[in-house]
Amino acid sequence: MSTAQQLVRPGVGAGLADTFRSRFLLKLLVRKELKVRYRGSVLGLLWSYVKPGVQFIVFYLAMGVFLGLNKGTENYAVYLFSGIVLINFFTEALGNAARSIVGNGNLIKKIYLPRELFPVASVWVSGVHFFPQLVVLIVACVFSGWHPSLLQLAAAVCGFILVALLATGLGLFFGAVNVYFRDFENIVDLLLMVVTWASPVLYVWTQVRNTLGAGFFAFYQANPITIAVEIFHYAFWYPTTSGTAELPPHLVTIWLPVGLAVSLAVVVIGQFTFRRLEGRFAQEL
Amino acid sequence: MATAIEVSKISKQFVLRHTRSLKEALVWLIRGRRGDLSQKFFALHDVSLTVEQGESVALLGFNGSGKSTLLKHISGVMTPDSGTVRTRGRVAGLIEVGAGFHHDLTGRDNVYLNGAILGMSEEQINERFDSIVEFSEIGEFIDTEVKFYSSGMYLRLAFSVAVHTDPEVFLVDEILAVGDEPFQRKCIAKIKELAAEGKTLVVVSHDLNLIPEICQRGILLEKGRVMFDGKVDDAIHLMRAERT
Repeated sequence: MSTAQQLVRPGVGAGLADTFRSRFLLKLLVRKELKVRYRGSVLGLLWSYVKPGVQFIVFYLAMGVFLGLNKGTENYAVYLFSGIVLINFFTEALGNAARSIVGNGNLIKKIYLPRELFPVASVWVSGVHFFPQLVVLIVACVFSGWHPSLLQLAAAVCGFILVALLATGLGLFFGAVNVYFRDFENIVDLLLMVVTWASPVLYVWTQVRNTLGAGFFAFYQANPITIAVEIFHYAFWYPTTSGTAELPPHLVTIWLPVGLAVSLAVVVIGQFTFRRLEGRFAQEL
Repeated sequence: MATAIEVSKISKQFVLRHTRSLKEALVWLIRGRRGDLSQKFFALHDVSLTVEQGESVALLGFNGSGKSTLLKHISGVMTPDSGTVRTRGRVAGLIEVGAGFHHDLTGRDNVYLNGAILGMSEEQINERFDSIVEFSEIGEFIDTEVKFYSSGMYLRLAFSVAVHTDPEVFLVDEILAVGDEPFQRKCIAKIKELAAEGKTLVVVSHDLNLIPEICQRGILLEKGRVMFDGKVDDAIHLMRAERT
């Protein structure tokens, strides 16, 4: 029966393609994460609505009302929230993906399975948590008179994919190097703190351009997270306003493809690094 | 008979690293790489062996001789520094059963999760689920979270999932310490049954009385090298002679 099978080298996977092949296992890992996180809590998945809601109220009061950003930006609440949901998704996805290999060390040391599954599962779990936030956002948009075009909705989907790819690529990279040097957990935390402020989530992009000039702005704009946040503003916030606000130039035509390309490149680099390092995971964990 | 496992000239060096922080590594680099940041030793040294399909092989040796490391190379958890390992068909380990279990999930969830980790598809688990529960003797507790299981129940369920994965090559590492005596006997009977079905078995155990019941061939390892490869009785004899 098995003579037809070839001799193969064990422990050599096909990288991210394996996670697609083992999607049943991926599904179970994601479900496990979700079940475990809300075990024994009465509200369960509702916490995914409560936490961003409270975060939103705090930011809105502090930034919008006390600092007076409400006056400068129309529908500041929606503006703020459309950026925050994306940042939340990225922060959670990358933070967990970077820890996923070390966290599942016991399993990786004992049984061979495609190790890419763990960072990818972390990103999926964060995607599930993103959904309720998106629902809250859309409800808020509808109440503010949202009338998006098809192009804007498609752009939002692309923006989300951009962030998911970036989180996967960086998650693979940091998840793998974290096995060798645990310092990288803290580097990732630092990075995630900077990300919130390095994109126009709380402020408006024109403030950056006016302060720093056009030259530095191009550099600022090249950050894929910045592009994705602006895309979300374009899709969710802009259609609720009177349309007088200035949008970043060439956002959908140039910057979105650039962001997607950068994210794809990060996935390739992450996968490459991961494969170089994974051979020694079992003995380093 | 076709070859099931082919190990040729593999060596594995382990690094006993003293530091796991970036700072110390940087300091070491700046100081011109003075001193050794790490110590190395050979866990496996130029090991070659071939296992035919249907053979039952015991890996013998004292603690630290490289038995478990060799199993990890066959299962793919580790890859050798030099040399190659090749296997035919699906390889599954009864290695440290329960490694993929999660305490906060129910027995049922864990059967699915662990089954998938060991390489079973959804249909296969559905099909074998009743058989898994029956073999484990867990009964109605299957829908209880495993953190409430006794350690015996936990191991029985884990072992039951592992034996139901139905691979061509079975790697068995010290699982014979599972549960109480009746269940141990059941496990051993199951392993013998697998061997009789023509599955390839590679067994690591310190129970020298039990091993000849299951295996015909014994390989004695010492400090990462193959010292003896032949009849299991001779291997055990040699090992006992060495100890005295």
